[in-house]
Amino acid sequence: MLTVLLLLWPVAAALLLHFFKGRAARVPALGAALVEFALAAYAALTFNANNSGQFSFNLNWIPSAGIHFAVGMDGLSLLLVLLTAVLVPVILLSAFRRNFENESVFYALVLFMQTGLVGVFTAQDAFLFYFMWEVALIPIYFLAGVWGGVNRARVTFKFFLYTIIGSLFMLAGFVYLYFQTGPTADGLSAHNSALASFYALNLPADTQMWVFWLIFAAFAVKMPIFPFHTWQPDTYTEAPAPATMLLSGIMLKMGIYGCMRWLLPVVPMGVDYWQNLILILAIIGIIYGAIIAIRQQDVKRLIAYSSLSHVGLMIAGVFSLTQMGLQGASIQMLAHGVNVVGMFFIADAIERRTGTRNIADLGGLTRKAPVLTVCFLVLLLGTVALPLTNGFVGEFLLLGGVYQFNHWMGAVAGVTIILGAVYLLRMFQRVMLGPDSSFTETFTDLTGSELALLVPLIVLVFWIGLFPNTFLHLSEGSVMNILNEVVKR
Amino acid sequence: MNSIILLSVLGLGNLFLGFRRSNRLLLPVMMLILGGVLTVNFLDWGSTQSFFNGMLTIDNFSVAFTGIVLLTALVLVPFSQKYVLDGESNLAEYYSLLLFSLVGAIMLVSYNHLLMLFLGIEILSVAMYVLAGSDKRNLRSNEAALKYFLMGAFFTGVLLFGLALVYGATGTFVLSEISFAVQNPAPGFESLKPMLYIGMLLMLIGIGFKVSAAPFHFWTPDVYEGTPTFFAAFMSTIVKTAGFAAFLKLLVQAFPAANAQGIWLPTLTAMCVLTLLIGNVGAVAQTSIKRMLAYSSISHAGYLLIALVAYNGQLEGASANGILFYSLAYSVATVAAFGVVKLVADARQREDYNGLNGLAKTNPLLAFSLTVSMLSLAGIPLTGGFFGKFFVFSAAVENGYIGLVVFAVVMSMVSIYYYLRPIIAMYMRDTDATTAEAVPVTTFQAGALLLLAALTVLLGILPGLVAGAL
Repeated sequence: MLTVLLLLWPVAAALLLHFFKGRAARVPALGAALVEFALAAYAALTFNANNSGQFSFNLNWIPSAGIHFAVGMDGLSLLLVLLTAVLVPVILLSAFRRNFENESVFYALVLFMQTGLVGVFTAQDAFLFYFMWEVALIPIYFLAGVWGGVNRARVTFKFFLYTIIGSLFMLAGFVYLYFQTGPTADGLSAHNSALASFYALNLPADTQMWVFWLIFAAFAVKMPIFPFHTWQPDTYTEAPAPATMLLSGIMLKMGIYGCMRWLLPVVPMGVDYWQNLILILAIIGIIYGAIIAIRQQDVKRLIAYSSLSHVGLMIAGVFSLTQMGLQGASIQMLAHGVNVVGMFFIADAIERRTGTRNIADLGGLTRKAPVLTVCFLVLLLGTVALPLTNGFVGEFLLLGGVYQFNHWMGAVAGVTIILGAVYLLRMFQRVMLGPDSSFTETFTDLTGSELALLVPLIVLVFWIGLFPNTFLHLSEGSVMNILNEVVKR
Repeated sequence: MNSIILLSVLGLGNLFLGFRRSNRLLLPVMMLILGGVLTVNFLDWGSTQSFFNGMLTIDNFSVAFTGIVLLTALVLVPFSQKYVLDGESNLAEYYSLLLFSLVGAIMLVSYNHLLMLFLGIEILSVAMYVLAGSDKRNLRSNEAALKYFLMGAFFTGVLLFGLALVYGATGTFVLSEISFAVQNPAPGFESLKPMLYIGMLLMLIGIGFKVSAAPFHFWTPDVYEGTPTFFAAFMSTIVKTAGFAAFLKLLVQAFPAANAQGIWLPTLTAMCVLTLLIGNVGAVAQTSIKRMLAYSSISHAGYLLIALVAYNGQLEGASANGILFYSLAYSVATVAAFGVVKLVADARQREDYNGLNGLAKTNPLLAFSLTVSMLSLAGIPLTGGFFGKFFVFSAAVENGYIGLVVFAVVMSMVSIYYYLRPIIAMYMRDTDATTAEAVPVTTFQAGALLLLAALTVLLGILPGLVAGAL
């Protein structure tokens, strides 16, 4: 029941938000997001890490087709629900910095999207999963499209087409699998779409080979993996900062989570067959993203490409099919979400003050804004994966997983840390150090409320870095379950 | 049956209202009539009755489709305002013609005898020929009416010819008896077989024209463009819903035999593929929203044809339910789309995409309503259109038509392109001189649009309300 509450509360709040106009919507929107956070925190506190699915709820949604509104959380779902619940208030707070037109609609869409995200992370039925997958897409399309930059119409159009075409392939795959399942318990339908029934399918290897691509298409676009990434940098750049945070902080985790929950255990033989190819693509993405990031002049684009590179490593970890790799991906999803949202917020703070995101136009911010510098540095070191920060735990485990699978791939993937340091420190150096520019002469430091927004993120950077077991402990059971399903056949 | 009688009588009564020149009264009276008949219609739910020596059968199938037809008419009528109400002296006649054409539609969904099929199509069409030309002083409207009439008359002839040939081969007009005659051939039937087959094909062509299935779709874009938008919406929803119900009845009840299927199944599959291709690719190239909606209505005929191809021999089960759900979701979304397009076109005097620029700022309700309807037509989840496609496609996959479904899925990817264009115009482009002012909307229209959007979302969240009804 708690899961249903987590699902319905944001959308209910989004509807209620229509009674508030303009700035008056800020407090209720933030309040709603904090209530959601409290619910998620309560779920985390009462969660029993030794049991698998909890807080389950099952309703016969379309009886004639055997489709159920089945939700529930295991450790992995819980981690991502927590991530969503932590980041949405932060993202809303960051939106208050800007004066958007029709603010109440903006916040309503963010909350609406939260329902979709929580739904994706908790769905236990294939069609519910697909449904929520698209529910998360519609609000972000409008967030990026209505409030975005000059090229927003073209860029978001591309984004929408890419993702929806990818997810239609996934739907086709699900429909195919659905017709391989047995009847429902009540006998009303000849087939059902429960996650457990998909796990229990024993499809022949050659079928799994092509079903793999149908399902993977949606995740590949969403994460995105090279070469399906071309929508990403443009969309990240054109979307308003809060939408970019939603996209990079939470939405791309839908793809990685999807792989872990809906791909590996469902078509294990297909995964086995394509494993090498996916790992190679992921590693190409790591290197490619990093090299392009080095050449970027736009802070937002640089972070976008860095994100591409980091996601590549997570994909590689997942497809290494090792416990280390999957655990690394789980914790790195949290870490990356925290870091990238923080980084985009700082990029946005700089842009609001100077009116530019161009690295060449910036410089010397350290002297004007020491607090901002410290925050930026912490988040940046977290992204670079310095020991004691959150990035280190994740990347260490991920690289360990890839290394276990194949030494050479592990070695090449390890380059990500070096290249990451190169482009991030280079950006830090040019933006924060060096002489002032005409843009940065009147630069002011972070305000109290901006700091209040960054503090939870920074706390998380160290918390995950110093006590990763709080989180690893949660996901361990689910990761083992997933791997058992994979190995079983 | 009650709904047919009521509609006929009230249609006549409506004519008398016209004598009193009380135009103000007409719209509320129309809505009352339609709402009342809709209620009466559902009283027949759950019972099977036969009328006129078994020529008409009222069962759940016909009640459900009659419900869709009447509901569509009910929510469509408010949009007749402005166009019809302003300075039109023969208003009552138009409304009466609408009511009479609904009688034809109801006959189409409940016929049990080929003569009733023919009568239903004619009653529906003759009214539509007149209504297509109802904008008397507009050349485009005249052109549309003439085109629709000439083509329609020709294809009615084709249908009648086919009907006669089928009668010649089987000796009966009754659906179940045709099926019996085909399955249990009488002596000498072999030599009549070509006659039966040609008759079947000609009937397919005749009905295919009415539902604008390719390659008999050519009239659609031109006629929709010229016809007053209100009646174009009527054509693309009610005529299509009734036409497909009739199509399904014909195939399921008259020609289920394997030797008959061998003829119509490949033909229908080819028509389906062609319709999907022409509808979707054609819509991409349009610059006028009305023409885009015309091609979109062709493409949706293609999706519905998939359900026909995948039919399972009964007026219930996956295929019939798929058509029912799809027709409902499609009608609801299409009425909203045509409604908004009509309001905008009336106020701004333009029908291209740019005419919608900045509508989200001037008329948030219209923009929202059109967005929901476009998303539904594109088949995006959270709208009824998604589950419509879902049910139709799964009916087809269940019966092994995987290739056809793959093609249809690719085509619906194409459709996202043209359904997003109005959304982009409304939300992401700024207003210009011609689009700066808000479009006037009456209370009835706003209410109808809200109801349609709510229905679309409701169908998208709780499809179980309608799915599996048959």
